[in-house]
Amino acid sequence: MSVLVDKNTRLLVQGITGGEGTFHTRQMIEYGTNVVAGVVPGKGGQKFDDSVPIFNTVDDAVRETGANAAAIFVPPPFAADAIMESADAGVAVIVTITEGVPTMDMVTVKAFLDARGTQMVGPNCPGVISPGRCKIGIMPGFIHQEGRVGVISRSGTLTYEAVKQLSDLGIGQSTCIGIGGDPIIGTNFTSALKLFNADPETDAVVMIGEIGGTAEQEAAAYIKNEFNKPVVAFIAGQTAPPGRRMGHAGAIISGGEGTAAEKMQALREAGAHVCESPATLGITMQKALA
Amino acid sequence: MKIHEFQAKEILRKYGVAVPEGKVATSAAEAEEVAKSLGTPVVVVKAQIHAGGRGKGGGVKIAKSPKEAGELAGKMLGMQLVTHQTGPEGKEVHRVLVEQGLDIAHEYYIGIVLDRSNGKLVFMASTEGGVEIEKVAAETPDKILKEWVDPVAGLRPAQARKLAFGLGLSGDAFKNATKFLHSLYNAYVKTDASLAEINPLVVTKSGDVLALDAKMNFDDNAMFRHKDYAELRDLDEEEPLEVEASKFNLNYIKLDGNVGCMVNGAGLAMATMDIIKLAGGEPANFLDVGGGANVETVENGFRIILSDKHVKAVLINIFGGIVRCDRVANGVIQAAKNVKIDVPLVVRLEGTNADEARELLQKSGLELKVASSLEDAASKVVAALA
Repeated sequence: MSVLVDKNTRLLVQGITGGEGTFHTRQMIEYGTNVVAGVVPGKGGQKFDDSVPIFNTVDDAVRETGANAAAIFVPPPFAADAIMESADAGVAVIVTITEGVPTMDMVTVKAFLDARGTQMVGPNCPGVISPGRCKIGIMPGFIHQEGRVGVISRSGTLTYEAVKQLSDLGIGQSTCIGIGGDPIIGTNFTSALKLFNADPETDAVVMIGEIGGTAEQEAAAYIKNEFNKPVVAFIAGQTAPPGRRMGHAGAIISGGEGTAAEKMQALREAGAHVCESPATLGITMQKALA
Repeated sequence: MKIHEFQAKEILRKYGVAVPEGKVATSAAEAEEVAKSLGTPVVVVKAQIHAGGRGKGGGVKIAKSPKEAGELAGKMLGMQLVTHQTGPEGKEVHRVLVEQGLDIAHEYYIGIVLDRSNGKLVFMASTEGGVEIEKVAAETPDKILKEWVDPVAGLRPAQARKLAFGLGLSGDAFKNATKFLHSLYNAYVKTDASLAEINPLVVTKSGDVLALDAKMNFDDNAMFRHKDYAELRDLDEEEPLEVEASKFNLNYIKLDGNVGCMVNGAGLAMATMDIIKLAGGEPANFLDVGGGANVETVENGFRIILSDKHVKAVLINIFGGIVRCDRVANGVIQAAKNVKIDVPLVVRLEGTNADEARELLQKSGLELKVASSLEDAASKVVAALA
């Protein structure tokens, strides 16, 4: 088993004919993801790479192909509308890759999704992968290995770093979820941990947080009270200055809140194995599993 | 994006938020003219820099005549204003805001921010006007009133009333305050703000409610629908190297250390800074070169990093996922040939075709150290400082 995506995932791609959409759809198909549809308004009836049917609306795509997941590669000004279109069509899992969605748009989107119970990952994220089963996103598939450790992260390349450390030690992954680096995201650490807690094929979780917000502290409270599997954690930005946005829209220490130190402390108190160095994530997990 | 107080007030005024009459001035003579035109017995001269705490640093003064306003402005303009947010070197004052003096009865605090834990905007109000909200939150959290706004309903009149009652207002002040709150919410949403802070909000003896100070930040991601805000950016307030980097679409933040770093991805860039520190060095910057990491971006990255004279060694850390490492290696080699690099360079490439990349680097004839892991990279670059 895995969380969010598996062999039964039938993916539709919004923005399939754009530069990013085209490139990564090909990569996803190559990895083995079942891409059943593309959605591009005005290009309905065409085919992507002579094989994947393109529809004008998500409604059409879902009705014709039974798509149950969406990947969004739509540019920022139109991303919120694309997300809500998929949610409205009843798509269960939405993965939004787009970086740069305005926060006020996400305020609306979040309320819209919450009202429908739609699970979204992102925006501004690398996506979700269940190694050997399904990849929705832009992560390099080959660094992953099938296995029993879940990964949750706000970052992209830092996640790849962690995954590679795990794979190099022969520790495979059940599912890796890049939750995204924005202030408002669909799936946060706590909701991702809940999914892994309920997954009998996940034995432990690597959690990679960063400065900004209090999502890691909320996750720590959940880990302390309810999560019953080992957690290995790293928080990026121990050396980040306050008041500065470190690349990700959500990575900012404001009003003294959101520092790496307070997050590490909360996670330690919750019983997580907290790594000071990003280079020790793999080895720490190896010890935690022993 | 941050803007000045006078700019925030001009924007707020457009949205019907009450602000004092006033105008910005760049010379003593101009300030005197503005004071004259205001015609109030007292005017306030306020230095316009982005940092807070201006009053304590001598950046806010009261003048009893237009002539005095001119004199005060003359002293303020060109001074290095030091506040707790500027650092010891301070910020040079290029503009002053000259405003009507008000007959203040009481000062309050009003702010709107995003509550990241639930994705909703939250109004914060406090009777402790003029005090930093972080201080109030730490010392007397019960003095902060909060109202979360449902995006579908917007700020409901009942919420505005609750806040105004909570501040103890009545009569005209109450009515004016609820109107103020609605206008402020409207301004926040329409401008894609990321922060609106009115500290203090004042109630005058005649019951008027105005923003005596105003701080607004905007969401960088929403700039595509506010193209006119680009001109509000004040490059004098920004680190010159960061301005230069932004021209090349590089995400660079200058820090105080001596190890320059160039990384792809924001999370990995922060983690790289952290591991440099753990290895005993101090990071000189944050630099995310993004997904491409081609010759041009690496070359520009080198130029920016090396313009900081404190940099004594440079670490390149690239995780090639979709980007092939051998391509990145060629980019690094080409860039290193084009830019004169006079400090030790450590390169760590991991991911797709990493072995080929290492071989390319080793055979390049360039004086660089190739690192195999994140830890190896950090210890090599710190060792190179010695």
